[in-house]
Amino acid sequence: MNNNTIECKQLGKNFGALRALQNVSMQIPAGSVFGLLGPNGSGKTTTIRLMLGLLQPDAGSVSVFGLDPISQGDAVREQCGALLEHTGLYERLSAEDNLNFYGQIWHMPQRELQARMQELLGKLDLWDRRKELVGNWSRGMKQKLAVARAMLHQPKLVFLDEPTAGLDPVAAAALNNDLLKLVKDEQATIFLTTHNLSEAEKVCNLVGVLRKGQLIAFGGPHTLTQSTGNAVVDIFGQNLTASAILEKLRGLPHVQQVEAVDDHLVIELEGKTEPAEVIKTLVMNGAAVDEVRRRQADLEESFLKLMEEENA
Amino acid sequence: MLRDMWTISKKDIKEVLFSRGNKRGGLISILVVVGLIGVYFPLFSQDTWFTSPISVLNWAWMPIFMVTSLVTDSIAGERERHTLETLLASRVKDQAILLGKISAAVLYGWGLFMVSLLVGAITINIANWGGPLQFYPLGFFIACAGLSLLLCVFISTIGVFVSLRAPTARIAYQRLSLSMLALVMLPVILVQLLPKGSLAPMLASLETINLQLVFWILGIALLGLDTLFILAALARFKRTRLILE
Repeated sequence: MNNNTIECKQLGKNFGALRALQNVSMQIPAGSVFGLLGPNGSGKTTTIRLMLGLLQPDAGSVSVFGLDPISQGDAVREQCGALLEHTGLYERLSAEDNLNFYGQIWHMPQRELQARMQELLGKLDLWDRRKELVGNWSRGMKQKLAVARAMLHQPKLVFLDEPTAGLDPVAAAALNNDLLKLVKDEQATIFLTTHNLSEAEKVCNLVGVLRKGQLIAFGGPHTLTQSTGNAVVDIFGQNLTASAILEKLRGLPHVQQVEAVDDHLVIELEGKTEPAEVIKTLVMNGAAVDEVRRRQADLEESFLKLMEEENA
Repeated sequence: MLRDMWTISKKDIKEVLFSRGNKRGGLISILVVVGLIGVYFPLFSQDTWFTSPISVLNWAWMPIFMVTSLVTDSIAGERERHTLETLLASRVKDQAILLGKISAAVLYGWGLFMVSLLVGAITINIANWGGPLQFYPLGFFIACAGLSLLLCVFISTIGVFVSLRAPTARIAYQRLSLSMLALVMLPVILVQLLPKGSLAPMLASLETINLQLVFWILGIALLGLDTLFILAALARFKRTRLILE
């Protein structure tokens, strides 16, 4: 028996003439925190809907826990929790009523439901406000409550469709911390979609990149940053950003990109190229180099690189 | 499945009660209906409330119309507020969601009508304190209960189709209310169009009509329509289709 919670083979979905998803194949092992990255309209939400049996695929197949989400949808959804595109909260009801309703939907015994509500709302700092109408809450609080609802019945697989979308950075960071804490405690498989790459880098141990319905990269965040192959060099010093120097640097072989950021330079080098040639050019053109920091491109840079490559 | 239906019905009724931001607003609208049909009209009619029970039916439309607000809010409204997709992503079967929503509307409208009828009986007995205990003719009461139940199911199922096609809850409510109003007003308009002098003999023949037979015919017709519409609604209410809409 394999250890994959989700398996897609050549999965495809069309909406009329629009090919929303094409030939998507991936395997997500149990216990992973998987992040599906991609710009708006790349097919992230469609992928989740297919996995939950809310849409029927037009090509290929998807299995969740070894089950077909269309013909065995009830059995699949039984083991899943979901925070979809919208929070899906009943704003005219209190937070407690919302969780009570879903607890009854999941057939949780009343005592267990109360204990679980207290545990989750306590962890998310919402316990004291559980009697308030959700409609009066801030967006961040609603998102937290929606996360609690998705986790309520301790599902084996949790879908979170852009959980931090629309939140300010402080609220997003707080929710991410809460998510990490919950993931650690619950030991569930998490399927997360986002276009916030630093969030994915922090939270996920497996990522995939979707673009125009095609999966263009799949692997660990570290593998992904390496797969784009390029190294980034940060150079600090004096007289670095003169336009004549920037022109010379851009003309060097193996230099992909040169950017002046405040008082330093960020240079992207092809593959494993050493920055010696760059430093030599700088010094020969009158710049003083104080410090050179070589690093691997982060997920955001790798993602943008992937998008550019695809566009090209 | 019954348990899931009941859970959904309870939630839908609770949502309607809280639709004005607090429970008091919802309870006030219920009290207004019960106050009118259960207290004001019986006091106004006095003994004829029981002896000429047709007057009861004059006001039956009022709670039954409340079905329209609940059914459109629970389907078109839930879709508009983006809560339906999350419910569809849960373990509950399509049938349980649909039947739960129909049951909520029926329980609300029919329950309100039956409570109003019973409060009406209490009102008359209190008004005639010391006199013999009075109640509706049993056959009429049973017919009223049965027909109003079937009518509520009928309105709810029509409401499902209207809600599924309407972009917002407000539009769904307007369309359904207008259709129901047309259904109620049509006989009135037809009567107005009758040639002069033909109305009196018609009313005279109505007095001799076998009401029991009329109730049976109406009941069987409504039962047939309800069954047909529920089956059609079940065929229509599918997750994979609802998401695309």
